Amino acid sequence: MFTKSSRKPLGLVAVAASLTLVATACAESDRDTAGGDEQPFVFGAPGDITALDPFLASDGETFRYSRQVFETLLDHESGGSEIVGGLAETWEQSEDGTVWTFNLREGVTFHDGDELTAEVVCANFDRWFNLTGAYQSSNNSYYWQTIFGGFAENDEDYAPPEPRFVGCDAEDELTAVIEVSEYSSIFPGGFSLAAFGIMSPTTLEAMEGQEITGEEGNPSLPEYSQVAGTVAGTGPFTVEEWNQDQAEVTLSRFDDYWGDPAGFETMILRAIPDETARRQALEAGDIHGYDLVAPADVAPLQDAGFQVPTRDVFNVLYLAYQQENEALAELEVREALSHAVNRQRIVDTILPEGGEVATQFHPDTLDGWSPDVRTFDYDPDKARDMLADAGHEDLELEFCYPTEVTRPYMPAPKDIFDVISEDLQEVGVTVQPTAYEWAEYINQTDSGNCPLYLLGWTGDYNDAYNFIGTWFSGPMGAWGLDDEELFERMEEVSTNPDADERIAGYQELNEMVMEVLPGLPISSSPPSIAFSADVEPPNVSPLTQEVFAEGSWK
Amino acid sequence: MLRFIVRRLLQLIPTLGGLSILLFVWLQRLPGGPEYALLPDDATDEQRQALRRSLGLDEPLMVQYLSFLRRILQGDLGTSLQTSRPVMDEFFLRFPATFELGVTAMIIAVTIGLPLGYLAARKRGGVLDFAAVGGSLLGICTPVFFLAFILKVVFAEGLGLFPSAFRLSPGLGRTDITGFFVLDGVMTREWDVVWDALAHLILPGLALASIPLAVITRMTRASVLEVMGEDYVRTANAKGLHRTTVRTRHVLRNALLPVVTAMGLLAGSLFAGAVLTESVFAFPGIGSFVYVATQERDYPVLTGFILLIATMYVFINLLVDISYSLLDPRVRAQ
Amino acid sequence: MPTTPSSQSDEKIPFHQRKAAKVDRLAELMGDRGDDGHGAGIWREAFARMRRSPMAITGAVIVAVFIVVALFSPLIAPYSPTSQAWGNEVFPNRNEFVGPRGENWLGLDHLGRDMFSRMVIGARQTLMVGVVATLVGFLFGALLGGTAGACSVLGGRWGRQVDNVVMRVIDMMLALPTLLLAVTVAALVGPSLTTVMLAVGIAQIPIFARLLRGAMISQGNREYVLAAQAMGVRKRKIALTHILPNSMGPVIVQSTLTLATAIIDAAALSYLGLGNPDANFPEWGTMLSEAQRFLSSAPSLAVYPALGIIITALGFTLLGESLREALDPKLRK
Repeated sequence: MFTKSSRKPLGLVAVAASLTLVATACAESDRDTAGGDEQPFVFGAPGDITALDPFLASDGETFRYSRQVFETLLDHESGGSEIVGGLAETWEQSEDGTVWTFNLREGVTFHDGDELTAEVVCANFDRWFNLTGAYQSSNNSYYWQTIFGGFAENDEDYAPPEPRFVGCDAEDELTAVIEVSEYSSIFPGGFSLAAFGIMSPTTLEAMEGQEITGEEGNPSLPEYSQVAGTVAGTGPFTVEEWNQDQAEVTLSRFDDYWGDPAGFETMILRAIPDETARRQALEAGDIHGYDLVAPADVAPLQDAGFQVPTRDVFNVLYLAYQQENEALAELEVREALSHAVNRQRIVDTILPEGGEVATQFHPDTLDGWSPDVRTFDYDPDKARDMLADAGHEDLELEFCYPTEVTRPYMPAPKDIFDVISEDLQEVGVTVQPTAYEWAEYINQTDSGNCPLYLLGWTGDYNDAYNFIGTWFSGPMGAWGLDDEELFERMEEVSTNPDADERIAGYQELNEMVMEVLPGLPISSSPPSIAFSADVEPPNVSPLTQEVFAEGSWK
Repeated sequence: MLRFIVRRLLQLIPTLGGLSILLFVWLQRLPGGPEYALLPDDATDEQRQALRRSLGLDEPLMVQYLSFLRRILQGDLGTSLQTSRPVMDEFFLRFPATFELGVTAMIIAVTIGLPLGYLAARKRGGVLDFAAVGGSLLGICTPVFFLAFILKVVFAEGLGLFPSAFRLSPGLGRTDITGFFVLDGVMTREWDVVWDALAHLILPGLALASIPLAVITRMTRASVLEVMGEDYVRTANAKGLHRTTVRTRHVLRNALLPVVTAMGLLAGSLFAGAVLTESVFAFPGIGSFVYVATQERDYPVLTGFILLIATMYVFINLLVDISYSLLDPRVRAQ
Repeated sequence: MPTTPSSQSDEKIPFHQRKAAKVDRLAELMGDRGDDGHGAGIWREAFARMRRSPMAITGAVIVAVFIVVALFSPLIAPYSPTSQAWGNEVFPNRNEFVGPRGENWLGLDHLGRDMFSRMVIGARQTLMVGVVATLVGFLFGALLGGTAGACSVLGGRWGRQVDNVVMRVIDMMLALPTLLLAVTVAALVGPSLTTVMLAVGIAQIPIFARLLRGAMISQGNREYVLAAQAMGVRKRKIALTHILPNSMGPVIVQSTLTLATAIIDAAALSYLGLGNPDANFPEWGTMLSEAQRFLSSAPSLAVYPALGIIITALGFTLLGESLREALDPKLRK
């Protein structure tokens, strides 16, 4: 590095060199060879995890990690969206849907050797229910608040909702009974959410007293959620290390797992935020799989010998008509626009294979989907006529889209936006394009500032309410929709504990929604996931909840 | 000399103070808050408002700034909203990555740029000169992210010579001492780590080096040309001094002064280039983190990182000035 | 871009602003030679010199072609740049693209739009971004730098204070990495063409400010200013009619170079997703960043706009550099 001719700085070089020598003499390699001989399976995730304890998180990347390490009372069938037993082998609900009895699996051990009992399950729920202080911030207990409401003692500073959780009782060694104050269709799906992964009693003890510290506005997550070693679950993998500087989580196989042992000895999750960079890393052999494959990359990857299994669709993308806009408040205009958009072309040219035009606001894989909803064919002439009839030949509309994101339901937002806005211009609508970054986009659309915009949803659990209930259960700024009849019916159906009646009700609701036409459902598209040729991939899940323990080297 | 350094350090205070106010007001005015970036799409307005309040973002800006100032005087830059870890920790967690990358880029730029510029000047009008000038102009005019992309497609994807992402191959255990992978590898004699880390640095380093390389080549060339025309060089030649002596002691040494200055400036601008290069190569450094922070409206990280980067920029240039005065007695005299 | 290590005007400037020093040097070079007081002579001389320089001619030709294409783009483009008339022939999800053919000279882009028309219309947008960004940097920079310079030269002790304060602000801006500055500006205003132009322009303000101030201070020491002062001409008049016009040279050179920088920086902002959302006005940076994901399957989609950016930037750089060289007496050989 240093040229011979430099004379004066020689002294400096000598000092530096001797310092390095001293340092070299001191440093010892302490690398552990625990990794074994098998090469680790490296998965490229779109982002880093936020905490080792999934309870504190609300993002998909943390849940991707936590599903390998922790298990929940209920689960989804491998590769499907049907709810099946998890840590509970079977479960029952009371008539009114407020008391849930879980019969736990026998012989389940935690990573630290503890045994799973009903008391442990209740200890977990009790801990969550009794959390105080900054844990009650919606950022640190998002899913608890969504499913179980507030806490034993709500802290006014964080304004959590009223609690829906009543208590958990260990009836015997393996029977846990959880009571909630009112039935809602979020049950039993809520018990399968990754945020409610059960932890060992030793872990709970170690977490005791560890608070979210820091003064107001500067919360600092507790140590146990940042450094591997404390948290222990029952899953097929244990957490080995979380390397924050490289956004890398290392998991290793848990040998005493109650089910089939993991196929990989070591699994590494590593963040690669850029979509194209993920593909290139797979192609260059730096990783062995990645999620959120751009539709345009599917064919080239398959041609190059990579595996790109297709998930079942479990999402929907829609074009919203915000009805505070005067023109969009007219049903005829909304109908006209719905005829103007060539959805088939979006599905054919932009979405990955397996995508389909959506007829209603949730995918057909979900119970409650109705074959008899009102449909809208692509017919620009008709659209033009309808606009003329409504007196809107020269309609001008602002149309928003998000930049720098891809969502599983919305690959390449800009492309979809360009196609739709060109379609609208074709029928004489003048489109004012507005782009926002994601954070601002949600703000603007939620506040009703975008007359037309693209958004969608990927289901968390298998209930139609998770889709239509999110949008049409009350007046929201996002829609500007005020339809008391629809809202009341939604309330009525979703609180009906009888599953069959509920499904019939959802079908009827879907038909109602398409008559009201608050927006145009565009598509349901299967988000792709890619693996290298030497991997036996796990079953792909429509909920994007792959259990990587199912995978192995070929 | 000491007084000079102290005065320069004192000058830093008003600059950074002003900068912090500017940043604070500016960033808080960014549309869309962390309550939209941090919570899932289906969060309710109540949940978002509650989060905003619990982060103290509903306080008047003045109150927020004062508590920021109070903390900063205690050496605390707050915590990141995305990761809930202290901003200072986040910075120093990522600093080694960007530093290694920057040093690699500078080494590439200097080892190629200096000789190239010198030779181009010596053979002014020749093929090499033409290539050097043309190449460096091209380097300045090519968008860095595009160059990075092309490098990756050709050398990582196509030829498979270098890795396409990260700082180190996943699963390669290493001993962490300083956070600088290459240095740690040398210290612990984990040569495979050294080799692996270097391989990961080459492509992003090259991409990042494009602008400094172009600037150094052209400055060296211009500066050597200027010095070669000076009277003292002519005198030295006329005196019959050995050619090598004239070239090293008279030409190179004087020609290097402006180049050294430029290097300080370039080192500062590397941080900006790093935003692009790091995102293309999924290189976990400061640049890519700042970029994500902008999207997530992570105010503490943005304020803290930009202040720290500005401070470093000033320090780098202070070092440059010191080395400058070592090289040039005229500056010392002032 | 030669920098002499020590020159009289450097003394007052803290060493760390070397970007500034480089800039000041240019200013000083211009100022040193206003023997005829009006500078017209230098310009004539410089243009004569440039006519013989192949670098300058290449640059001028590129810039001229670019400007002609940009100005007359609606006449040149055979189709509307937004028409997705061939939308059913392109399948980005199946990796099927349409290359050059009789109908579409450069093929179709990923949504079935005519690539040639988009490139041509894109030239106009790109030129606009470059020009407006440069103007923003130029105007605000000149305002700041001009105020500082005029105050410093003519304002006495009070003026030097003003100068000092303004320069502190400019130093602050210089210490911020330009792209980071641009990214935050862009995030503040939201992605749009205006944003890109503003963000890139604002990042250029400190450079223009320093440049003009340096040139004005160097002019301020010239005899004709002293003479005018002695004759009792009002200070404002001296600043506006004598000093300012004579200090514009380096600023004009810098503008040419900034045009190139602005085009490249705008592309970078587009790459970061902060570019122009309106597909009606394609701009090369946006086109490049959109097409980059198809680089392995349809490289030409990215290569055309990339070449457009590189060649145009090269043109402005060549022109600016040769102008600078032609004006610099030390490089005249």
